[in-house]
Amino acid sequence: MTRSLLLAAAAIAGLAFGSANAAPVTYTLPDETAAFKPGPNLDVVQNNCTACHSADYINTQPRGLKKDFWQAEVTKMIKVYGAPIEDADVGKIVDYLAATY
Amino acid sequence: MLDRREIMKRAGMAALAAGFGSSRAFALDTVTLPFDNGERPLVKYPQKRPMIGQTSRPPQLETPFSVFNDGAITPNNAFFVRYHLADIPLGIDPDKFTLEIKGKVDRPLKLSLKEIKSLPAVELVAVNQCSGNSRGFSNPRVAGGQSGNGAMGNARWRGVPLKTVLDKAGVQQGTKQVTFNGMDGPVSDKTPDFVKALDIDHARDGEVMLAYGMNGEYLPILNGFPLRLVVPGYYGTYWVKHLNEITVIDNIFDGFWMKSAYRIPDTPCGCVEPGTAPKATIPINRYKVRSFITNVADGAKLKPGATTLKGIAFDGGKGIKEVAVSLDGGKTWIPAKLGKDLGKYSFREWKLPVKLAAGSHELKVRATNNAGDTQPNEPLWNPAGYMRNVVETVRVTAA
Repeated sequence: MTRSLLLAAAAIAGLAFGSANAAPVTYTLPDETAAFKPGPNLDVVQNNCTACHSADYINTQPRGLKKDFWQAEVTKMIKVYGAPIEDADVGKIVDYLAATY
Repeated sequence: MLDRREIMKRAGMAALAAGFGSSRAFALDTVTLPFDNGERPLVKYPQKRPMIGQTSRPPQLETPFSVFNDGAITPNNAFFVRYHLADIPLGIDPDKFTLEIKGKVDRPLKLSLKEIKSLPAVELVAVNQCSGNSRGFSNPRVAGGQSGNGAMGNARWRGVPLKTVLDKAGVQQGTKQVTFNGMDGPVSDKTPDFVKALDIDHARDGEVMLAYGMNGEYLPILNGFPLRLVVPGYYGTYWVKHLNEITVIDNIFDGFWMKSAYRIPDTPCGCVEPGTAPKATIPINRYKVRSFITNVADGAKLKPGATTLKGIAFDGGKGIKEVAVSLDGGKTWIPAKLGKDLGKYSFREWKLPVKLAAGSHELKVRATNNAGDTQPNEPLWNPAGYMRNVVETVRVTAA
């Protein structure tokens, strides 16, 4: 790097937090590409789970875990995070997750 | 203009839409973390280079591990991202931003970003590491974000000591904690907002910082623009992003994200027998000592003879005293040469010239900090998969 370029870089670094404020930032999130795998009660799962998080929250979990793992997760979503899941749907969701993941 | 990666991604989506796709359509655009079900897409977000996509809503992006071989400072565009709740700010006008300081203070304040920037600034190099960094390696596996080793980064933060602002507001006698809330929030009002707390003495230690600068630039929006909390040596859960509300309280904060989440077993190791539950828990706090080899990946093939191993080490703020490397699976250890000291909260680079004979080698790296804390040979376990710091092993073949 030449001396003048170095100076220019130094000047920019110094200016970064000068009296002028930071510029506004706006952006859009990339499209969601993760999807739930086909399985029993898929519609119930989509209706209940995707309001708060994307499907990859489930897709990335360890495979082959027993039903009580998924039961605990669904219970956590209801009790801790306040997911408005109807009682009749809880078993369907747990069955889907245990059978599909 | 679309870059190469974006074009590939869109092509992959088009293939899916056409009906002949599966996740294989993204084969060129994925990485596989070294544990079961570890395949992840590489994703492109604003102000970021391609990152390991853990989740998309809310976004959790992991740093590709090769980045840590490029230097002690993690570039802003490669720094990991971890949100908890999906209502995240997609647009921020710094001219309208205010930070509120309220609660048990004599003079409640509303500070603009300009006012914060006009206060005497400090800079500090510090690691930000997710509590669940490396959770994917937990055995038995546990629920949560299944990260590899890239939910960490090291940056030069610039901002104002939290103490300065608290002193301006005048903390009242008898207060116990300070809580921190950011602009991100839950989708449902039944979900607890992400609020964290520090003890009052910690909050006023002069090191905890309100940071607007990161490696000489403003924070990337996904890393908390325009202001985030920096809690040197403490796990990333405390580093509240888009910080706009600070409340001084005279009790111990009992919000979900302190009282129930981000708790570790109240045992000296923060661990329990794998698969068991702790009797009592405490809030997660300082980083354990960690070290990594960054220039040789597990399973790599090398030429026999001379090579130089290099990597990084860090801890919760005592500073790294020693890094040792084993070429024989942990039987003997050789001290490595430490790189430039960027401060006790920073990654510390290390390197070691070695000679590898033809054959297989189990390389290990182990750091010790100035308090004598080091890393365990076998992984410690806790139910949330926090604080992994086992001595890392890299198996290579020289041929």
